[in-house]
Amino acid sequence: MLKSSPFKTSSNSVSRLMQTVALATLPGALALFYFFGWGVIFNLITCISVALLCEAAVLKLRQRPIKRNLMDYSALLTAVLLALSLPPLAPWWIATIGTLFAIVFAKHLYGGLGYNPFNPAMAGYVLLLISFPLAMTRWLPPETVITNAPNLVDSFLLFFTETDSQNRTLDVYLLNADGFTMATPLDELKTGLSMGYVLPELMHKPIFNGWINVGWQWANLGFLLGGLFLLWKKAINWHIPVAFLAAIYLISGFFHLFDDQLYIGPMTHLFSGATMLGAFFIATDPVSACTTNKGRLFFAASIGVIIVLIRNFGGYPDAVAFAVLLMNMAAPLIDHYTQPRVYGSQEN
Amino acid sequence: MNTNNNSVHSTELAGRSLDEIVYFSQHKFHGGVHPEEHKTLSNQSNIQALAIPPELIIPLNQHSGRQAMEVVAVGEQVKAGQLIAAAEGDLSANIHASSSGKVIAIEDRPIAHPSGMRDRCIVIATDGCDEAEWLPPIEHPFKADKQQLLRRIQECGIVGMGGASFPSHIKLMPEVNKLVINAAECEPYITCDDRLMREQANTLIAGIQLVMHLLNASEAIIGIEDNKPEAIAELKKTIKDAQTSASDKFAQNTSDLKNSSIKICVVPTKYPSGGEKQLIELITGKQVPSQQLPLALGLVMHNVATIYAIYQAITQGRPLISRIMTITGDAAQLKGNYLTRIGTPISFALQQADAESCDKVIMGGPMMGFEIFDTQAPVIKSSNCLIAAGKGELKATDAALACIRCGECADACPASLLPQQLYWFARSDDLEKAEQYNLFDCIECGACSYVCPSDIPLVQYYRYAKNELVQRAEEKQKAAHARERFEFREYRKKREKAERAERHKKAAEARKKAAHQKGQTDEKKATIADAVARAKARKKSSD
Repeated sequence: MLKSSPFKTSSNSVSRLMQTVALATLPGALALFYFFGWGVIFNLITCISVALLCEAAVLKLRQRPIKRNLMDYSALLTAVLLALSLPPLAPWWIATIGTLFAIVFAKHLYGGLGYNPFNPAMAGYVLLLISFPLAMTRWLPPETVITNAPNLVDSFLLFFTETDSQNRTLDVYLLNADGFTMATPLDELKTGLSMGYVLPELMHKPIFNGWINVGWQWANLGFLLGGLFLLWKKAINWHIPVAFLAAIYLISGFFHLFDDQLYIGPMTHLFSGATMLGAFFIATDPVSACTTNKGRLFFAASIGVIIVLIRNFGGYPDAVAFAVLLMNMAAPLIDHYTQPRVYGSQEN
Repeated sequence: MNTNNNSVHSTELAGRSLDEIVYFSQHKFHGGVHPEEHKTLSNQSNIQALAIPPELIIPLNQHSGRQAMEVVAVGEQVKAGQLIAAAEGDLSANIHASSSGKVIAIEDRPIAHPSGMRDRCIVIATDGCDEAEWLPPIEHPFKADKQQLLRRIQECGIVGMGGASFPSHIKLMPEVNKLVINAAECEPYITCDDRLMREQANTLIAGIQLVMHLLNASEAIIGIEDNKPEAIAELKKTIKDAQTSASDKFAQNTSDLKNSSIKICVVPTKYPSGGEKQLIELITGKQVPSQQLPLALGLVMHNVATIYAIYQAITQGRPLISRIMTITGDAAQLKGNYLTRIGTPISFALQQADAESCDKVIMGGPMMGFEIFDTQAPVIKSSNCLIAAGKGELKATDAALACIRCGECADACPASLLPQQLYWFARSDDLEKAEQYNLFDCIECGACSYVCPSDIPLVQYYRYAKNELVQRAEEKQKAAHARERFEFREYRKKREKAERAERHKKAAEARKKAAHQKGQTDEKKATIADAVARAKARKKSSD
């Protein structure tokens, strides 16, 4: 009965925050849909359905109010972020396993919303990447680059049965005119560099047609737009995205200046892979990030540094998920050492 | 996220000339929030006197220190202003009858307290005559002895009326350079200080001069939010008049006011600018050192209502028996400010303001006030506002969601704390950790709960943690005390034993000597005595 002050609250609410963030993925999601087709939509539908089902089931097992917790939209947001990270035409069980792991293991086994030390979407993504590396790296190139983009029916069949109406698998679509398998720009560069090519040679490939690389830069621009919307709505603070992007720009710029034949430039880093999605939507997950503003700067800058290091020197083409999970582990420690100065605690 | 009405107020003020009397604050404090103000509900009409209730219930503890001791008996006839309970100890304060009548009971009654607890009250059945008995006015206060003035303030039971209820005369004892007047009134809904300044600017400025004289201060700064342009204009006019005209009856009596100045520092409307520490930072740009008083910066702060009460005590001999209280909220039909007698039952006050059919009653503001469960509880010296809330006007008691560590609370905290960390520590009973994270610097303003997207009653957790820590410290102290006592007792027992042994040894030796002197006549006896002495000595050593 005892209710303590204050008796007024702002219009802030967790569900509104989660809705805003989910909504802000729209420009990026639309760009992905435009360039990569129906697979994006199938992934979204699958991830969201599995996430809501899992969330409801676990809440029931844990004897928590189902409706109220579902209405916080946190499971939905996790599903959206994971879906947007998956290769569009990866088979349905990829999305299913990833979401199940994200919700049940990464989130609820740690205590549910607010208690998970790792970003659930990224935990799900990394599980998939390690367990099913082949399926997770077969991104169909942008429809503007390939001539034989699958239509709605073929996409549907590829997604759910792994073969299309003419019994072709995804591999057939991935072969380009020269008979070479195509991949994402970061993948392409990594493979090419390991084969002894230099950057200027690789940049002639059709995938790099246009400004930086077609398709991905538009998706990144979309997520950047959504991110600016989040900043404007004050759904996120500026600290994480700014430190994240600045660190990527500076570190990759340093390497590029050091050797522009081997290390791709900062703009390519900023607008490829999951950079913008990571900066505005993934690293900003408040639960698993640092909570002090100073800590957030350090946290996000470290993620940026790790991303560039893995992209340049590691075995994986992209690294947002790994970098975020690594820094999630460090977040409590960073928080401990970056406490703000309390009022009156220092000489004036 | 929160609409900011600063610009509106600022432009309103910008039209008026700013000069050496009125200036805008050049400093900021960390955090803060912008709740909807709801001030115009109650600040549109003049202060009215609330009727005398048939029964006054006057609690004996309305201040920070110990409960006052009743000096009247049941059945006794009292007059308004008569002392009915005397201060007990330094931080206690005198209590006076707020109207004439008969004491009908001295007993535990529900009081205005967050827990809804009962406490000792003197109940007076009023006779409606309102016969008064003031102390003699002090004729020339600027020539009076400081001790005499302080004694008068103490006699009149004046306590800080901004909320802390700290006895005012203690804060006026030291000499300081700067007096800060808290006129910010940053809590939504409350307008009693606003109306007081608009209607009693003369009295207030004279009161400020008086208090400056007491403190030997050369400077007074009135800190006021920019949402009170009328009050600012009124005060400014009065200060100008006081400076220019020689007709000011006090200024002409004194020489040390010549070099003194009163200024108005306008601060942006942002909660909690009226917090003591926040207002000091807004005005001086300096922070009061942690766990210290503003005195550390050479200044003292008083609320406008307190200044008014002090002035009345000195120039009219009038004890603190009434105060201006805002009655507002959707359910109150006659919203406004009322001169209310201390001890007026809340139910009576609500009835007078036609606010009986309300959903919920809050005493104080919506940010730091508390809910009243029993409206029989009375108005006390620190009651600045009653909110008779209509349906849906105030937050429903929704269950909280999980903390998502978004950090909105840390951005809003005016003390630059990490509220969500404190919350986790309080929740897991890791109170030492909470203390390390400066829990005791929390001013319980509620800004963190206000912005919390999960609607967590954060302040409630901090209050619990603070209480618990204080209690544990007390228990620890008690335990340490008990251990000390025990150890001393053991030491004393040992010492007494040793002393006893010493005495016995001496006695044995004396006996032996005596036996020796007796001669060797009875060798057998001596041998026996020796054996006894040896046995005794053995026994002693084995004890």
